Amino acid sequence: MQSVIPVLSLTTWLPIIGGLVVLASGDKAPNVSKWTALAFSVFAFLVSLLLWTGFDATSANMQFVERMPWIEAFNAYYHLGVDGISMPLIILTTFVTIFVIIAGWEVITYKPSHYMAAFLIMEGVMVGVFSALDAVLFYVFWEAMLIPMFLIIGVWGGSNRVYATIKFFLYTFFGSVFMLVALIYMYFLSGSFSILEFHTLQLSLTEQVLIFLAFLTAFAVKVPMWPVHTWLPDAHVEAPTGGSVILAAIMLKIGGYGFLRFSLPITPDASATLDWMVIAMSLIAVVYIGFVALAQHDMKKLIAYSSIAHMGFVTLGFFIAFTIFQRPDATGGAVMGMEGGMVQMVSHGFISGAMFLCVGVLYDRMHSREIASYGGVIHTMPLFGALMVFFAMANAGLPGTSGFVGEFMVILASFQADFWFAFLAATTLILGAAYTLWMVKRVVFGPVANDNVARLEDVNGRELFVLGSLAVAVLVLGLWPGPLVEVMEPSIQNLVEHIAIPKTGAVAAPIAAAQF
Amino acid sequence: MNFDYANLTPVLPEIAVLTLASTVLLVDLYLKDHQKEVNHILTVIGLLVAIGITGVVGGGERTIVFDGSYVRDSMSDALKVLILIVSLFAFIYAKDYLRDRNMLVGEYYVLGLFAVLGMMIMVSAYSFLTLYLGLELLALCLYAMVAFDRDSPEGAEAAMKYFVLGALGSGMLLYGVSMIYGATGSLELGAVARSVAEQGMDSKVLVFGLVFLLIGVGFKFGAVPFHMWVPDVYQGAPNPVVLFLGSAPKLAAFALTVRIMVDGLGDLHIHWQGMLMILSVLSLAVGNVIAIAQSNIKRMLAYSTISHVGFIFLGLIGGSEGGYSAAMFYAIVYAFMAAGAFGVLVMLSRKGFEAEKLDDLKGLNDRDSWYAAMMALIMFSMAGVPPTVGFMAKLLVLEAVVSLGLWWLAVIAVFFSIIGAFYYLRIIKLMYFDKAQIEEPIVAGAGARVALSVNGLAVLFLGLFPMVLLSVCQAAFG
Repeated sequence: MQSVIPVLSLTTWLPIIGGLVVLASGDKAPNVSKWTALAFSVFAFLVSLLLWTGFDATSANMQFVERMPWIEAFNAYYHLGVDGISMPLIILTTFVTIFVIIAGWEVITYKPSHYMAAFLIMEGVMVGVFSALDAVLFYVFWEAMLIPMFLIIGVWGGSNRVYATIKFFLYTFFGSVFMLVALIYMYFLSGSFSILEFHTLQLSLTEQVLIFLAFLTAFAVKVPMWPVHTWLPDAHVEAPTGGSVILAAIMLKIGGYGFLRFSLPITPDASATLDWMVIAMSLIAVVYIGFVALAQHDMKKLIAYSSIAHMGFVTLGFFIAFTIFQRPDATGGAVMGMEGGMVQMVSHGFISGAMFLCVGVLYDRMHSREIASYGGVIHTMPLFGALMVFFAMANAGLPGTSGFVGEFMVILASFQADFWFAFLAATTLILGAAYTLWMVKRVVFGPVANDNVARLEDVNGRELFVLGSLAVAVLVLGLWPGPLVEVMEPSIQNLVEHIAIPKTGAVAAPIAAAQF
Repeated sequence: MNFDYANLTPVLPEIAVLTLASTVLLVDLYLKDHQKEVNHILTVIGLLVAIGITGVVGGGERTIVFDGSYVRDSMSDALKVLILIVSLFAFIYAKDYLRDRNMLVGEYYVLGLFAVLGMMIMVSAYSFLTLYLGLELLALCLYAMVAFDRDSPEGAEAAMKYFVLGALGSGMLLYGVSMIYGATGSLELGAVARSVAEQGMDSKVLVFGLVFLLIGVGFKFGAVPFHMWVPDVYQGAPNPVVLFLGSAPKLAAFALTVRIMVDGLGDLHIHWQGMLMILSVLSLAVGNVIAIAQSNIKRMLAYSTISHVGFIFLGLIGGSEGGYSAAMFYAIVYAFMAAGAFGVLVMLSRKGFEAEKLDDLKGLNDRDSWYAAMMALIMFSMAGVPPTVGFMAKLLVLEAVVSLGLWWLAVIAVFFSIIGAFYYLRIIKLMYFDKAQIEEPIVAGAGARVALSVNGLAVLFLGLFPMVLLSVCQAAFG
């Protein structure tokens, strides 16, 4: 299906062009560049809504497809398209970017036009990652993403920013180059860089295992999964608020998206063979990182660790499918697990973004991220206190908020796989509540801790708008997740059916269709 | 041996450059000290004319002239144009620097132009003799240029090292040539190729000669373990000279390798494949690892050159057309990136101040964000980060390597590029994240400004649309 208006190209390139315009406008008239940036981000969001309205939720096929020759020498195409998995993530990207632009409005004083431009370019590149259907194009966007983020952390970050940003860059670069070799290898076998053709490419188990490991290095670093998560707390702590928001809300999702788009469909047998490893890594992330979060003194670090734990849920939801296949009595669990993972990704995009924005609001006033410097914020900032408590509840997975939906679906699905998976995963309900609410207790409640807190002013209209919009999004998704789940249902169903059939060409294990 | 005037048409570009060099030499005699800029203008115009002539006489079937000692084919057309363009950039970048140091004299341009002539001869040589003549013409000019700042002891030392090691390399090459001549009875590459095909690939003398030829090539390219001269020469020579010798001669060295290994000894592929593999892995490892420890940016870029040479060799080992065009693409891209990177160093150097410490780049973004952005693009490109062209070059080479089934070699190559990414990132870190030590803004002539902008944006443009350049490389080996 070739689309008439190139919606995906528009969503990708509009912000990038906007970024260049803002960059060219310079800092001589800061208001002009800020409003231009905001206009472009809002416009990109409106364009991306066309994806939602024009999306055929009954089909698992790629939609809004655009395909043009790009590099004839190795058969690479400028090939874009979305399905139910990538479309919600694109809208999440364009949505969150607006708030990042607004959040940096008065706070950024050093070269604000460059700051805005970096985020706009980043937005376009991330949309490109989600919509690319050609492996070279995907890889170009995937790596290009590092450049603006590297500069955002390094230029506008905290005191230890250089260490953090170089660590961030090298970790992700390390992960992805192995993926590149795997992609080239598959090109060599199939004669094309089309990701959809990779899906149907026949591979022996050894090949699959090697390719799977290459992908795992790339995506596990990005997600990040234990034990390659250590760049994330550093990057989060040092990044400016907007950088943390984009990092947590969207960049981490790109790792999860990679599993669904590459690892599972391209190497289903290797995924089935090595699923124990991913599940173990996910559960360690949920349980161990949960305890680590409990011990943090720095609010941003705490939220960073909580992100890792939440992303553990996502990968768990994706990889329990193979255990469920082996249990004849389980029905629908595999699809539910993956959908839960997807809902968790979208919901975490809102919640973690909002949490980092909350910390940003406090940091702008007090210039401290230490939990110990706060206490009794609710007395001086009642509106802010209420919002922060709400987001904390959502982070802990309170029913009625979006945080609950994804976690619940994944835990439910894990029960069909193995009781102990579910048991360990469910500890997050306790741990998550413990570390988030304990932080809120120490920061928001209690008596006013010191004079600095006593002088705090409540959120202004700009901050209220940002946090309020995100609160609405969290609530809507929590109370009515139906539309989101329906949109992704056919694509995920299709994916689960695809991975249930071994690729190696050997005799397939008989799996009844009813089990999906 | 009768002389045919039609023979002269394919060598018109060389004749143009020779005429230009001689003109500059003569005109310079009549110029007063404050008129020396005329040399520069003449050179720029002359090089543009030469580019035009190369375009006009180029194209069409491969023609071999002068009784089989000279060739014009699509590879030579492309490489000559690119050598001329890169050299043109080098002269434009250099002008302000030379003027500030009273080095804007005719000799610089004459030597530079003769070096360009030498490179063009190497590109088109079809016999070992012409190849060697071109090589020595280039090398002699470069030795003199390295010592161009004659009051600088470092420059003299670098020139001495370069001369001794360069002569050693040339000697090795000549020794190899004599072996090949002994075994085949000819110096013309076409005849050599025919003779090698008849003798089969197991002739001991041929393989023996090949080893020495390869050592010579390794010296000229600066591949490990024949790389010792590279860092010292880069460090000691004046910045514009490093710019000149670090960029275009790589293209000539590439042509030299292709002429010898592919056109002449293509049938010995099975022998030179393994040797090149060793050279390339060693270059990747040594170049990238040692570059990290450098505090002098010229030395750092020297080691980075060595690692890039490793990548160029990786493309060649396959012995396939895809691999050759990948290597050619890489060499061209590298020449442009090197020209840009050293161009920035030249622009940062001013009267009495030579930008050569890494710290000299500190806070470049605050001093001039456009230059910083261009330099950042070039550094990301050298590290191989998309969407810059450096990534496409690496992708092409890796694809050629994987298509041979040597995926482990590709893994080694990407592993060392990760190590390499660190020191390129450090430069970006210095430019963007650190505060400037020198606050004064950068003054640069309009020519250099335009050249750097074109250079930096080309890195981005070719990364997005690599086919523009790649189709040229493919045509060269089609």
